Amino acid sequence: MSASLFWLSEDPTWGEKYQAASSANTPAWELMVGLANHQLDMLRTNRLDKLLRRAFAEPPIALRFKPIRLALLSSSTLDHLPPAIRVAGLRRNLWIDVYAGDYGQYQQELIDTQSALHRAAPDEVLFAFDHAHLFGGANPGMSSSDALALIDSTADRIAGLWQLSKERLGAHVIQQTVLPTAPPLLGTNEHRLAGSQANLIARMNERLRMMTASEGVDLLSLDEVISQVGLNQIYDPALWYRAKQEVSPSAAPLYGDLVARLLAARRGLSFKCLVLDLDNTLWGGVIGDDGLEGIKLGQGSALGEAFLGFQRYCKDLAQRGVILAVCSKNDDVNARAPFESHPEMILRSKDISCFVANWDDKAANIRRVAEALNIGLDALVFADDNAFERNIVRRELPMVAVPELPEDPALYASCIAGAGYFESVQITESDLSRTSQYQANIERERDRKSATDMAGYLKSLNMRLLHAPFDSIGLSRIVQLINKTNQFNLTTRRYDDRAVRTLMEDPTALTLQLRLVDKLGDNGMISVIIGCLDIDQNLRIDTWLMSCRVLGREVEQATLNVLRAQAVRLGAGRLIGEYIPTPKNGMVREHYRKLGFDLLREGADGASQWVLELSSLQERATFIEIVPGESNG
Amino acid sequence: MASISTEEAVADIIRDVLDQPGLKLARDTTADGVEGWDSLNHINIVVATEQRFGIKFKTAEIETLRNFGDFVDLVENKRRAKT
Repeated sequence: MSASLFWLSEDPTWGEKYQAASSANTPAWELMVGLANHQLDMLRTNRLDKLLRRAFAEPPIALRFKPIRLALLSSSTLDHLPPAIRVAGLRRNLWIDVYAGDYGQYQQELIDTQSALHRAAPDEVLFAFDHAHLFGGANPGMSSSDALALIDSTADRIAGLWQLSKERLGAHVIQQTVLPTAPPLLGTNEHRLAGSQANLIARMNERLRMMTASEGVDLLSLDEVISQVGLNQIYDPALWYRAKQEVSPSAAPLYGDLVARLLAARRGLSFKCLVLDLDNTLWGGVIGDDGLEGIKLGQGSALGEAFLGFQRYCKDLAQRGVILAVCSKNDDVNARAPFESHPEMILRSKDISCFVANWDDKAANIRRVAEALNIGLDALVFADDNAFERNIVRRELPMVAVPELPEDPALYASCIAGAGYFESVQITESDLSRTSQYQANIERERDRKSATDMAGYLKSLNMRLLHAPFDSIGLSRIVQLINKTNQFNLTTRRYDDRAVRTLMEDPTALTLQLRLVDKLGDNGMISVIIGCLDIDQNLRIDTWLMSCRVLGREVEQATLNVLRAQAVRLGAGRLIGEYIPTPKNGMVREHYRKLGFDLLREGADGASQWVLELSSLQERATFIEIVPGESNG
Repeated sequence: MASISTEEAVADIIRDVLDQPGLKLARDTTADGVEGWDSLNHINIVVATEQRFGIKFKTAEIETLRNFGDFVDLVENKRRAKT
């Protein structure tokens, strides 16, 4: 591992493409995104950033995601890092504006509401402190209790800065852990010398991890990163003394990517699904030729153990909420055989949410995977040992992430981990049971196919819809759904956790979190609704979204029945629904019509407004029992 | 005297960092005389050169550089010492 963007492909024609883009008057955003998705060193990163700032000084109009304004507040020089952060944002279709404060001035800038920092109005603030700045007053001879007191007071100071950022700037906070640049005084038992800088750094980073658990602050764990890539890949003492740069310019591309993936994760934009090739990706050899006995998997062969190690990593990813799929050029029966009957396989059929094995081209099959799972192509990562297949998929489906897998399977897992595709800032209960949810879905699907009539099938599911207003227990999943749901989403309005908390306090707001339970399992929170009562007793439905995995089960109708009762209780006379078209939500264009709303108006852009008189509403029965009460996670 | 290849390679790095493809560099060119060659870009030039040739400059060596020619000679010496 190194501090490069090793998971991205190299393009020998990058220079020419850059020149072409550079000489165009207004290079297309998509073209720029393509340029950013290669293994760029600091020089190319900086050049691309120059072009980016020239062509897109302002965010492009049709951008899918809200522009991000990030402020870097630091005790050392960070002026060399904004280009890499902006380019890493571009890599993810994000437009990021970076404000870099003068080093060491952050306290004054935060307090002074006239400062350049306040004028920059950041949504995000990143704090980066070096150990000399934090523990200047320490000495190695100090007592353990004095060292602890120093950690306590430093922690208080940092918590105060977080508070200021939230209150005065309304910004979300990212805290960089302290880079362990201090050489040890004792050695590998450094922890016995309470006052050594190296020990203070380690204790402070432990403390930061505890503090961020309750503060809604995300960590940029550079100390973890260097345990992977090595301190000297990130930090060069010569540059520290020469220019107060704690992060070397050569590591800037990686640093920028770490920041951007964190920003993307907070907005629910991380990848969701790992699509796996089979032959020479999950096992050694070709199952169709070598057969069950011939493929290399476990059994004490070093190569076989390496493939097992990769399977273990995939399985662990699945257990924390990443969806696994298979896309292989094979006869279906051959491809499935190891999953069913090879004794060493760690991945089994039940771990794979979508299995596609045939002789069609992989791009077409990956499209099928996205359709079957009801997720966007831009949520897929495709892992294939074959460079030819990788390049075809990159060309046909540029929105799919295709890591440049190393030739040695022993390195597959660290390649995928290093790329940070599945970066997450929080884990919900729903993440932890996702595979079983998708599995239960497959069972339901099977039942549906065998059931003779739809009504009988739905009835047999014994569905219960649990509803509750937003609460703090459900908050993280609510925010996740609001920011991730693209297809069944009437207005695609994105709100962060602060905005959602505000809604929870608003007496004119109607908020609903809904959870569907049936005989095959708990689907978790599957729908979120936000309504707002106006002075004419109209309940305006600001947000109505639903997870696609419960489509076709009358959940929409049952949800309307819940919404109706709640709206009446709030004093509403009518429901006003709104549809705002996006490239992804065409499936709900007729949502309100299907539910019996009347069209109020329709704009040239396809946006429409709908009305339903509550007095006239005949409640339509469904096969879903409605249960008020707890609905978290 | 540095070989042409080192001189041209170093010049290319400087042109890349400053994003000035047509920049003319003579042995007596100084950072002050080139637009955009500020302290930030100076460090980028040094780091990019280290990466490009797989060499490492000492802090003292960087401080004594007066002009482009000095820099090219330093790179050339480091390259020779490597082989």
